[in-house]
Amino acid sequence: MSAKTIVDIPLEPERYELRAASPYRFDLDRRDFFKFLGAGIVIFSVLRTPVVAQESGGGRQRRGESLPKEIDAWLHISENGKVTVYTGKVEMGQNIRTSLSQAVAEELHVPIEKIEMVMGDTQLTPFDMGTFGSRTTPTMNLQLRKVAAAARDTLIGLAAAQWKTDTQQLIAAEGKVTDPRGNRSVEYVALIKGQQLTQALPAEDPLIPAGDWKVAGQSTPKVDGRDFVTGTHRYPVDQKLPDMLYGKVLRPAAFDATLVSVDTQKAEQMGATVVHDGNFVGVAAPSSRLATAAVEAIHAEWKSEPQPSSKELFDYLRKNTTDGQDPTGDGDRYDVGAVDQALSSADHKLQATFTVSYIAHVPLEPRAALAKWDGDQLTVWTGTQRPFGVRGQLAEAFRIPEDHVRVLMPDCGSGYGGKHTGETAIEAARLARAAKRPVKVAWTREEEFSWAYFRPAGVIDVTSGVRNDGTITAWEMHNYNSGSAGIRTYYEIANQRIVFHPVKSPLRQGSYRALAATANHFARESHMDELAHAVKMDSLEFRVKNLKDERLRAVFQAAAKQFGWGKSKSPGQGFGMGGGYEKLGNIATFAEVNVDRKSGEVKVVRVVSAFECGAIVNPDNLRNQIEGSNVQGLGGALFEAIQFENGQILNGRLSQYRVPRFSDLPKLETVLLDRKDIPSVGAGECPMVGLAPAIANAIFDAVGVRLRGLPMVPDGLKMS
Amino acid sequence: MATIQLAINGKSYQVDADPQTSLLTVLREHLDLTGSKYGCGEGQCGACTVLIDGKAQRSCVTRVSAVSDKKITTIEGLAAGEQLHPVQQAFLDAGAMQCGYCTSGMIMSAVALLKKNPAPNENEIVDFMDGNVCRCGTYSRIVTAIQKAARMQGPTMAKGASR
Repeated sequence: MSAKTIVDIPLEPERYELRAASPYRFDLDRRDFFKFLGAGIVIFSVLRTPVVAQESGGGRQRRGESLPKEIDAWLHISENGKVTVYTGKVEMGQNIRTSLSQAVAEELHVPIEKIEMVMGDTQLTPFDMGTFGSRTTPTMNLQLRKVAAAARDTLIGLAAAQWKTDTQQLIAAEGKVTDPRGNRSVEYVALIKGQQLTQALPAEDPLIPAGDWKVAGQSTPKVDGRDFVTGTHRYPVDQKLPDMLYGKVLRPAAFDATLVSVDTQKAEQMGATVVHDGNFVGVAAPSSRLATAAVEAIHAEWKSEPQPSSKELFDYLRKNTTDGQDPTGDGDRYDVGAVDQALSSADHKLQATFTVSYIAHVPLEPRAALAKWDGDQLTVWTGTQRPFGVRGQLAEAFRIPEDHVRVLMPDCGSGYGGKHTGETAIEAARLARAAKRPVKVAWTREEEFSWAYFRPAGVIDVTSGVRNDGTITAWEMHNYNSGSAGIRTYYEIANQRIVFHPVKSPLRQGSYRALAATANHFARESHMDELAHAVKMDSLEFRVKNLKDERLRAVFQAAAKQFGWGKSKSPGQGFGMGGGYEKLGNIATFAEVNVDRKSGEVKVVRVVSAFECGAIVNPDNLRNQIEGSNVQGLGGALFEAIQFENGQILNGRLSQYRVPRFSDLPKLETVLLDRKDIPSVGAGECPMVGLAPAIANAIFDAVGVRLRGLPMVPDGLKMS
Repeated sequence: MATIQLAINGKSYQVDADPQTSLLTVLREHLDLTGSKYGCGEGQCGACTVLIDGKAQRSCVTRVSAVSDKKITTIEGLAAGEQLHPVQQAFLDAGAMQCGYCTSGMIMSAVALLKKNPAPNENEIVDFMDGNVCRCGTYSRIVTAIQKAARMQGPTMAKGASR
């Protein structure tokens, strides 16, 4: 195994997030596959639209002729009435195990307790590209509703056949099919008895409109909440097998370092299994303590090249673009009108540069994996947002076919875009192969800080022109490295030039909740206030004047009302707003800050968010996601930043890297706009993007200081 | 290696471990009590919080040899059979979690807080809980849960009853 596989798995900036379509293969043919489910009814859905097919991997040519290649979800109802739903999506705190159960319960008319979700198991669930991009609600939720509706209609069909009546007359409710005219009813279980029925989803089963939802749309509590408050839920890091060993990997002295020499004799004498394979050096031992001691006893010399540091980061990003060499052909350029002319004829022309630092996801559960081999068959339990992607990585690393690899994802301790890759899976599997026993690798926090990947840093230049009446006439924006998510403006501007410039990143970077939309909204929405200030207009009025989108206007107005926009303020107090459109959702965030001029302390006192994501599936969980976005967003907005030098992370511990805590908590208020007429979309990411600009604008409002870099106040506000 | 006696959740255990091993490692690896979590290894996140003689302690920075004569309670020992501890119930009722990885540590810290102060105000909760990190950002719900739990167990706790 080469070093590349271990520490340098190619990772792309977020905009290529959907690239990783692994070859689509199933282990069993369809007949065999459904056999393991036993008697009962199986309903599966077949995708039609290319967009969804791409996400679920069905667009790719499949080897083997088993399941229809577009299959993306299915459910099974057993003879005892238990409903098992199979989806490749995974649970890591977004609460989709609950919201997807709600969707099935709604359409199938069974109690939610009867439903079990099997998620993210590459052997049992349909291919899924991964759980990211706020895609579960708009795609999988809808798919499962359709599957459940088809199952319900199948049951109605069985009852109609039994009674020799028309299906139109029959009603499904509470786990029964009822014939109101014949005054008779039959339990689902009675209908299923003796059946072995496999059916593809009919073309268009009518779904229950959101306005008539009874289970969906409700604040159903977390279906397995009890397992979490009792400590019985087994996260990836809690997995265990008989005879299991604990693995530990020797980390290079710096990023991209090459191993020059290594002496593993002492580690071997300690009783550890030692693997040295290219740049990979690791041990497996009967206890984690021994494994750690054995790795510490290894003497290694590494060679590395000088690398850029965080001090020169933004200068470096600007000077190291790879424009025109983008292997994916970026196309992240948008031109309309005549920007240069519009800029020169504007009443006011503004130019500003914004920056964002690298930040770490800090999932509270660091990466972990347990691997075991049975001959050339590999099984890995690991925390990842892309079980099928990790399966592909493992197959590649060990040069085995994908159908020899099974990846299971027990509900994990969060991801936030940070767990797309399978580092620990590969490490554990390599050690397990040498030790001939199962091996668990659980990263320390320090390993997670250094050897995972980061939210991309970036530089954003904005140049704009505005008329005295408040009409924005020109908008030019260049984003270096941070990404193109949310780069396009939703304001109506006749002349625009918007360009994303890829850069050879000095650090390993990848997806982070809300992706570059946080950076791009920070720049755009901060600059909107700068423009409003230039033409002496109220921030809200200025936005509304340049905004046609009704849904976005609605959230700004709803948040403004809840916030009490326009109220008077006391010294040190400041109010600000930011908002936008991302991942099909609409957010407006208003913040109140208090700045202590003497100490420079900035306290975010209150945050009001108004959010609209179509028909709401679970209001309480939606609030939870919005609150969480705001709290997590505080870190990146105010104080989180990775410091690095010469290929080393300088603040890679929780005692050195500040994350938001209870004492940072503002008063959080959430306004939900429930649009039952619009399909539901996701909510894990969009609510985050309005926060940083709202705080920046509020700080400006408080003390007249314009902060254009994230994090804004890692060491307090310098007033000079 | 040494043989160490431990009293955990009302049961006594004998473990063979290096005395320098952390209590967290012993709980998780030796005893398969995996409800206590590793989050940082330096007592900064509170995911590993257990009660030692009723006080919240970070088991990741507690040497196992230092607690052999102490009464240890972990998340697994909090409920009385099927009956959840009021703090556990309150966390459920308030929906005070997302991924849940911090939850056991949060609950153990909250139990210790309510033992000390049966009716804490919001500032007291924030002060006491500030060493526990919830990366998903459910802090406001956790504050609500602790307030709910305080109301649920109010009179009993005020009299000093505990388990």
